[in-house]
Amino acid sequence: MNRHLVNIPKTARKGEDFEVKVLLAHVMETGHRRDDAGAPIPRHIIERFICTYLGAEVFRADLFPAIAANPYLAFFVTAETSGPVTLSWTDDRGTTVAETLDIVVE
Amino acid sequence: MSSGLDRRRFAFGAGIALLALPAGPAWATKADVAAKIKEIAGATPIRKGRVKIDLPVLVESANSVSLRVSVEQSLPHDQRVLSFHVFAEGNPLPNVAHFHFGPRAGRRMVATRIRLADSQTVIALAKCADGSIWLDSIEVLVALAACLD
Repeated sequence: MNRHLVNIPKTARKGEDFEVKVLLAHVMETGHRRDDAGAPIPRHIIERFICTYLGAEVFRADLFPAIAANPYLAFFVTAETSGPVTLSWTDDRGTTVAETLDIVVE
Repeated sequence: MSSGLDRRRFAFGAGIALLALPAGPAWATKADVAAKIKEIAGATPIRKGRVKIDLPVLVESANSVSLRVSVEQSLPHDQRVLSFHVFAEGNPLPNVAHFHFGPRAGRRMVATRIRLADSQTVIALAKCADGSIWLDSIEVLVALAACLD
């Protein structure tokens, strides 16, 4: 669950929107499938993704098995001051991964 | 004698077990989606507009389909979108994703990739700060379904 690509611009102008794009390596096993022996394959999905900027939550996604494997998400944040953008996601086995990037606001 | 009873009991049990094995996932229905929408909207009337859902109309392989939910034009602060909710009428589960926006969120546009189990209608709902609820839907034709291999 530790392989991922996260992208934000290095700089942004105050008041402008910048785009956050993430690609998270995860099977997103639906729980609806069966293996070759006919046994159900248990669900294993990322359930929640959160983006905080300057310490406050700006975007949150609740995800379900309908999200494709290796989830991709893109959304916009309004630049205010330079500071950290933290992206974190948690799967249904309780594994959480977080990554913090810094943006410079001019 | 008792072994005969055991055998009968076993056969009965096996029958129950077979019945309990679902033939496939229980499919979401329009009614399930309507119920989920009702959970979010409550008694608020649902209107068309403001929110826009983008999906390809014809999908070749439904394991990864680009979905975009956005607002049609920028809204005044007191009408800003607080959340988007996406539902699928023909997937095993009605829920696809919910997106919530905080105070510093930018323009309301979210892109992701989804699975579609069949040709179906996909619905996006937007909840605004003024309490209003908006809906857009799109019918998608799927050539190769996802979810079940």
